[in-house]
Amino acid sequence: MKTTLLIVTSLIAPPRLVHLSIVDLVIIVFYFALVLAIGLYLKERANTGEDFFMAGREMTAWVAGLAFLSANLGSLELMGWAGNAYKYGILAAHWYWIGAIPAMLFLALVMMPFYHICKTHSVPGYLKLRFGPGAQALSSISFALMTVLMSGINMYAMAVVMKVVLGWDLNFSILVSSITVAIYVTLGGLRSAIFNEVLQFFLIWAGALLIPIMGLIEAGGWSGLQAKILQNLTELNVPNPGSYTHLWSTLGKFSDNPMGINWAGIVFGLGAVISMGYWTTDFLVIQRVLAAKDLRSAELAPIIGAAFKMMVPFIVILPGLLGLALLRDPQGHLLRLVPADVAWSPDGQAQGLHGYDEVLPLMLARYCGPGLLGLGITALVAGFMSGMAGNVSAFTTVWTYDIYGALINKNASDQSKVKMGRWVTVIGVIVSIGTAYLVMHAQSIMDYVQSLFSFFIAPLFGTVILGMLWKRATPAGGFWGLLAGTLSSVGMYAWVKVDPTAVRYVALSSQAQDQAQNMFRALWCWLICLLVTVVVSLVTQPKPDAELTGLVYGLTPIPNTGNVPLLQRPVFWGAVVAIVFVILQIIFW
Amino acid sequence: MKSGGSLSIWFFIGLSLLVNGALILGRGIYELIAPPENRVVLYELHANVWWGGILFVVGVVYTWHFSPARERARMSNS
Repeated sequence: MKTTLLIVTSLIAPPRLVHLSIVDLVIIVFYFALVLAIGLYLKERANTGEDFFMAGREMTAWVAGLAFLSANLGSLELMGWAGNAYKYGILAAHWYWIGAIPAMLFLALVMMPFYHICKTHSVPGYLKLRFGPGAQALSSISFALMTVLMSGINMYAMAVVMKVVLGWDLNFSILVSSITVAIYVTLGGLRSAIFNEVLQFFLIWAGALLIPIMGLIEAGGWSGLQAKILQNLTELNVPNPGSYTHLWSTLGKFSDNPMGINWAGIVFGLGAVISMGYWTTDFLVIQRVLAAKDLRSAELAPIIGAAFKMMVPFIVILPGLLGLALLRDPQGHLLRLVPADVAWSPDGQAQGLHGYDEVLPLMLARYCGPGLLGLGITALVAGFMSGMAGNVSAFTTVWTYDIYGALINKNASDQSKVKMGRWVTVIGVIVSIGTAYLVMHAQSIMDYVQSLFSFFIAPLFGTVILGMLWKRATPAGGFWGLLAGTLSSVGMYAWVKVDPTAVRYVALSSQAQDQAQNMFRALWCWLICLLVTVVVSLVTQPKPDAELTGLVYGLTPIPNTGNVPLLQRPVFWGAVVAIVFVILQIIFW
Repeated sequence: MKSGGSLSIWFFIGLSLLVNGALILGRGIYELIAPPENRVVLYELHANVWWGGILFVVGVVYTWHFSPARERARMSNS
């Protein structure tokens, strides 16, 4: 995502990519009116803590599953990964397939029963029940801080993209979008956020799906697309041009693919650690599933999310690949997108260069005339707002239950928590806006905060998974393992920053790009977390079994779903998704 | 999923698709009558007509099926 960061670090106003017509503006204004109307309509149903923070725990599997996915499907996700597909080829699809599907199925079938049965309000809340207040405080403070900072960074990034694409003023974009989110989340709480996330999910697909359809028609199908990419990259003397359309066959050696990674980094770093950490412990997405009405819905929700997640490369990765194959400048020459710092330099601007992350808006402008363009822009705005609402609602819950309720006012009533939740929603948005303006004036902060966020995910997964599966893990082991894993991740990041040659130790190759470094750093800090947790647990006193009921495998009675018809069983649909996942890997091998 | 009244989340989605589909379809039909000077790539496929039409039809089906009147009838029957 470094290209994403780089593109948003510039304040230079380029010529806008597209111009909106009246019908486009009507579509965008209608979207804002509808999300506000939903917030107003739902305000009556957000009076208790369970209503405001957990949406009454009455969501169906479909609603929870689509919101689970939508909260992750931010606009920077869409544009950043389309840009990564242009830069790295189809390797970027690993972040949607092996980097998501196994983890989502693992969450559904292995971890969800524990989250659901213990009736926790949050992931830090589970850590409190399992490991005590130390681990809860560490994870909740880091999560709350990083979530609200990330929200601000995404807000700023979105505003810059709107400036690049549409020429909109930065302040206008930041204030209109954030105030809208603040209003509908404050009014309706998590229920309102989830309602809008499902709406936004449909709009994202309606607005973005046309691009790959039209692109494949123009390119002559998948085989035509492959041939054009090979021809164009060969013409441009790009190394390994054939590797851009193969998912696994070029991962034998670091030097055989544009990402500088091998299969071990993808399988273990991404598939086993980073994605497991994100999809099973990041409260931003977990909160949606915790709102499910019963255990079967809670298990089905991530499986439904996984089924749609497998299709997201169609609207994200494919447009990036189509850009490689089809984009040409006005003179008919191949248009080669460049890193954002090059595109946004004075020379780059003078030459009319475009950054990687502009590939999705460029493809949007290529095929979408008035009306469709408005819907496409609405999809990007909806993506941003669903991501921000996810951040804000998760921050509000963690603050209210795991910081305010656990550390500041342990006797807070339900009503005072709801009141606190509404205020914290507004405060969270204000802090996010402040972060957005801070980044505007000190843009290097953004790179650090994005990296910091990833520091907490991998160790947190180590702590939670040991807590759920190993009853011998002790409160001291959980706390020190989490702390050691986090500090080791920060240490490795700082080591490479101070001495760039250290990348050959951290990522096992001096050719490793940013994504490859992230994979290996996550793998090492996760292993350190596990090791420290195990060692400390073995020398400290475990909790008695009676205190671990509902929290740990082997001590928790899981409701039997054996008498449910096959088509209603989560494990059946999990198997279907897993089979489709394997087929996709083979097709694009 | 219902809310405080009888409106389903799917009704809102249907309403959104219906309005957006109608606007895009309308613009597409207008362009058939008065073709624009600056045309997008593959303009000849008239994507705004059929894509807008698909959204409109899906929107009509959702809005009708999950309309407040039908939801109230379902609730009273159950």
